[in-house]
Amino acid sequence: MIVNKETIAELAKENKRLDNRALTEFRQPILVETNISWTAEGSARVQIGETVVMAGVKLSLEKPYNDTPDEGGIMVNAELSPIASPEFESGPPSIKAVELARVVDRGIREAKAIDLKKLCLVPGEKAWFVIVDIISLNDGGNLLDVAGMAALAALKTARFPVVDPETGAIDYKQKTDKSLPLTKEPLPITIYKVNGVLLVDPTNEEEKAYEARLTVGSDAKGTISALQKGGEVPLSITEIGKMVDLALEKASFLRKELNKALKA
Amino acid sequence: MSELLVQERNVVVPGEALAQGMDFLPGDNTYREKDQIYSKVLGLVSVSGRVIKITPLSGPYLPKTEDKIIARVIDITISGWRFETATAYSAMLNVRDATTRFVKKEEDLSQILSIGDYAVVKIVNVTSQNLIDLTMKEPGLRRISGGRIISINSQKVPRVIGRQGSMITLIKDKTGCDITVGQNGLIWIKGTSEGELKAEKAIKLIEAKAHLEGLTEKMERFLGESA
Repeated sequence: MIVNKETIAELAKENKRLDNRALTEFRQPILVETNISWTAEGSARVQIGETVVMAGVKLSLEKPYNDTPDEGGIMVNAELSPIASPEFESGPPSIKAVELARVVDRGIREAKAIDLKKLCLVPGEKAWFVIVDIISLNDGGNLLDVAGMAALAALKTARFPVVDPETGAIDYKQKTDKSLPLTKEPLPITIYKVNGVLLVDPTNEEEKAYEARLTVGSDAKGTISALQKGGEVPLSITEIGKMVDLALEKASFLRKELNKALKA
Repeated sequence: MSELLVQERNVVVPGEALAQGMDFLPGDNTYREKDQIYSKVLGLVSVSGRVIKITPLSGPYLPKTEDKIIARVIDITISGWRFETATAYSAMLNVRDATTRFVKKEEDLSQILSIGDYAVVKIVNVTSQNLIDLTMKEPGLRRISGGRIISINSQKVPRVIGRQGSMITLIKDKTGCDITVGQNGLIWIKGTSEGELKAEKAIKLIEAKAHLEGLTEKMERFLGESA
């Protein structure tokens, strides 16, 4: 259901939003809960406003790909379950789910956030593969940023399982204290353009009123690893510049929140 | 020997026994099996005389004649518009019920209402097949422009309006907004953006606390505080 599209656009011109937030303000509460699943090697549940996303990391030993015999791999999969929104259906992943998974995947992969070479045990034979599953629990808007944050929180808390040195069998019930070789910590931030004005962390209603959006994946140093543009309206170079600056600023804000929550 | 097994304003679940014996009569959302009366829904008990009925806590909106609702245009046909009504059924509005002026044969109907527009309309007829006919030819019925539309559980609409409209008048007075409540649970609020937000919060609070007593006083306090 599309409601209040015109009102959102009009208010945006006056730098206002339906819920009285500033344009560049994230919703509260921002909650991060880790180790929510003991069957996963790493897991997290992240909530921003009403949007809740769960992410889990599984590790398995596989044969490396032929073109990269000395590297492990990473796979990101997202599921928009019907429990999250009346608009989501069960069945094969929708375009939105595929985009969500790919944007999160690209942020991590292209930042070279995980040292894939360190995941390799025997070149050409055996390497760790990192599988990240993202499950939406409630869609209150801005799934992209919340999913990216949940994926990073899950990766940061993941611990390798115990491997039997003789048989090579993995005992998933026991975890070592070895964490993933994370070299960078990419976070995606999506900037929305509504009626020519830039805003972050949209609600469901605002998500349907946007003209264009740009997702910027960046690490703690502010290095950009991935971009994804959406929406029907083109963006000018100056606009993209502004969006990237805003995204970097908001990424450092969310990163602080995430680290604060992980330390606690 | 008849006996009431629950008390007024108790929360009951489907299948819960409400009364024993033939002296009580099953009202809305209840049924009789042998000599007991059971609830059909999750809701609040209300007993008036010998009749026991349940006010449901949630549930879909069922279209009723004479109800004023807020609906969205989803299609334009040769002679009118099709609306989405937040029920399981769509509704039809004929050109002759949409406006008092004469509409020429070749006129573009999207000039009056286009797809995606919201309008305040009244249900004039619901057939046994749940085909809904609408009208927009009465005072207060019109196309919605500006403001914001929020959606609440349609079962809470009577509480938002209050006795003789007391609650809604209170919110209108305190926030200075123009508020139209559709029986289907869609509410249109128009005023300043601060007023709209306050009214929206107030209505959401009523929705959450609809089953509690002393709601009007609570609302007076809520609206007084933030003023």
